Amino acid sequence: MLSSSARRGAAVLLSAAVLTTLSACGAAPDPKSGAAGDAKSKVQPGAAVSVADFGSMEALVAAAQKEGQLNVIALPPDWANYGEIIKAFEAKYKIKVNSENPDASSSDEIAAVKSRKGQKRAPDVMDLGIAFARSGAAENLFAPYKVTAWDKIPAGQKDADGRWYNDYGGYVSIGCDAAKIPACPQTFADLLKPEYKGKVALNGNPTKSGSAFGGVYAAALASKGSFADIQPGIDFFGQLKKSGNFIPVESTPATVEKGETPISIDWDYLNAGYAEQFKGKGVDWKVAVPADGVYAQFYSQAINKEAPNPAAARLWMEFLYSADGQNLWLKGHARPVLLPVMTQDGTVDKDAVTKLPQVQGTPAFPASEELDKAKATLAEKWDKALS
Amino acid sequence: MPTTLSRAADGTSRRRRGPRTWLAALPLLAFTGLCFGIPLGAIAFGAVTRTDPATGATQLTGEHLARSLQGPYLGSLLGSVQLSALTALIGSVLGVLIAQAVVTSRSGALRSAALTASGVLANFGGVPLAFAFIATVGISGVVTQLADLTSLGWSLYSFTGLAVVYLYFLIPLMVLVIAPALEGLRPQWREAAQNSGATGWQFWRHVGLPVLAPSLLGGFVLLFGTAFAAHATAAALVGGSVPLVTLKIADALSGNVLTGQENVALALGLDMILIAGLVMAVYLPLQRRSARWLR
Repeated sequence: MLSSSARRGAAVLLSAAVLTTLSACGAAPDPKSGAAGDAKSKVQPGAAVSVADFGSMEALVAAAQKEGQLNVIALPPDWANYGEIIKAFEAKYKIKVNSENPDASSSDEIAAVKSRKGQKRAPDVMDLGIAFARSGAAENLFAPYKVTAWDKIPAGQKDADGRWYNDYGGYVSIGCDAAKIPACPQTFADLLKPEYKGKVALNGNPTKSGSAFGGVYAAALASKGSFADIQPGIDFFGQLKKSGNFIPVESTPATVEKGETPISIDWDYLNAGYAEQFKGKGVDWKVAVPADGVYAQFYSQAINKEAPNPAAARLWMEFLYSADGQNLWLKGHARPVLLPVMTQDGTVDKDAVTKLPQVQGTPAFPASEELDKAKATLAEKWDKALS
Repeated sequence: MPTTLSRAADGTSRRRRGPRTWLAALPLLAFTGLCFGIPLGAIAFGAVTRTDPATGATQLTGEHLARSLQGPYLGSLLGSVQLSALTALIGSVLGVLIAQAVVTSRSGALRSAALTASGVLANFGGVPLAFAFIATVGISGVVTQLADLTSLGWSLYSFTGLAVVYLYFLIPLMVLVIAPALEGLRPQWREAAQNSGATGWQFWRHVGLPVLAPSLLGGFVLLFGTAFAAHATAAALVGGSVPLVTLKIADALSGNVLTGQENVALALGLDMILIAGLVMAVYLPLQRRSARWLR
């Protein structure tokens, strides 16, 4: 995601300093937190590991409404339809959602959880990159909770203890403005053609942005690399830079609309969103999932172990993993984790499915160690390849 | 001409040192200690310690500092120093020339217009500035298209491009800080030099530049620091393709990809403070030496 700070002065130094001071000051625990349990429920909301612990769904809703609010962080309204999801949750349960810092990154979320331990403004729930879900679980920051649909989530997409589970994901795709580009590239191999000189961008810096990292990983798969070997992907972008095709400007809705990034490698749900957003504004945005580099990635949900609104946090999870919640993500062109199950039992929004970009082949996911190795390689080699 | 300056220079009273001066400085010292000392301590502490996520035990380690001075991290430090030194040098030279032209011109309107504009431009930065440049001289920018800059080898998203963007706010900053010093060069000195048969060059070589030296150096240090700490403009323009230390800190501190890099970010922050300290260490003694001429 984007992050911005003031240019002048020692802005970066200061923000680093402020962050550390915050985490130093904010560690004082609030003794009242979690003490006010609902007398009717079997356990306190903060200790509930499933709906059964509340007694019934109605009891969960009642406990959540008693709290009356939910703190969320890092949910941009124009990302995977989060704007509508938040509104739908508020309307259905009459619970106020406090959305903080929509453009925050996964590490900002983890920092907020750590620095506001025991405070009322701590985030209740998080939407994290998979590496941060794993490291946060290892640091014991998340509460285990199994939603009603738990059994339907594939085993490879969840933590066995229920501390995190995948929510939605998408494929690395190539977005392209057909109004400016006569023949849109369909594969990574196409991107090397001289006709795309000065036109190919990524959504950010791959050492920072998850989607840009996915782009490099997909390029590796397209260039005889593997999950264990991301180097060919780095070489691919090095070649793209050398030929002048690659432009390092980060693609955003603004650069897409302006035509500065006429070809942008990004998640398919974001590219598909641009296609809708800029229809009729002189931008004819086409989305292709490259057949030579199929790479999909899911984000994960987790509940803060010390959530100030523990019942509302659990209700939010139940909502996200209900057919309603899953279909709302689908409406935002993301692929919810229960999509295969819902396609079988017929609860899926079929219109929304037809609008998803076409994909050839099935996605595979790198193992945890492969992902770590790829990131280490990228952090080490990216600068050199691009400069 | 600046009569207030001349009058101030006439006063020969020396600063008195005593317990009362210390008392007056107390709020400043407290502020400095609180707002700079504590964060600095926190950065230094984080840079030299490691906390085990499972046990929560903290131990001393030199690993983060060592990593911050290796591989791509070292490259980003060097890249930042290179870019800042180059842009500060060009910015200082051009800024002084512009400021001298403005100060010696007889038009008061030009003077106030130039200084006001400098005040605005020196503070125009970040993402808005990056987008202004993208819209004018980016790949599909208006000027790029009209003048066909691409065929001339121009690229905004490079070291050169970034340097040009930085100069956009560094030159006005130099004009702002150097104009008062140029006004402090009293015409009597020049007249005295001419009466003694000095040429223009000799005046600048033996009087003008020595008197101005601390201000020039101070301006250079300020420009260096501004360029060194700049982040948002570079982040929006060049992403990771021009290695800069501020971008690396942001990657490590608030990214979606690398986990557990926070302490390396703090170590990089400490490196930046050390470099800034070194630059200041060159400037301060010189400034003390000849600042008295401009008082």
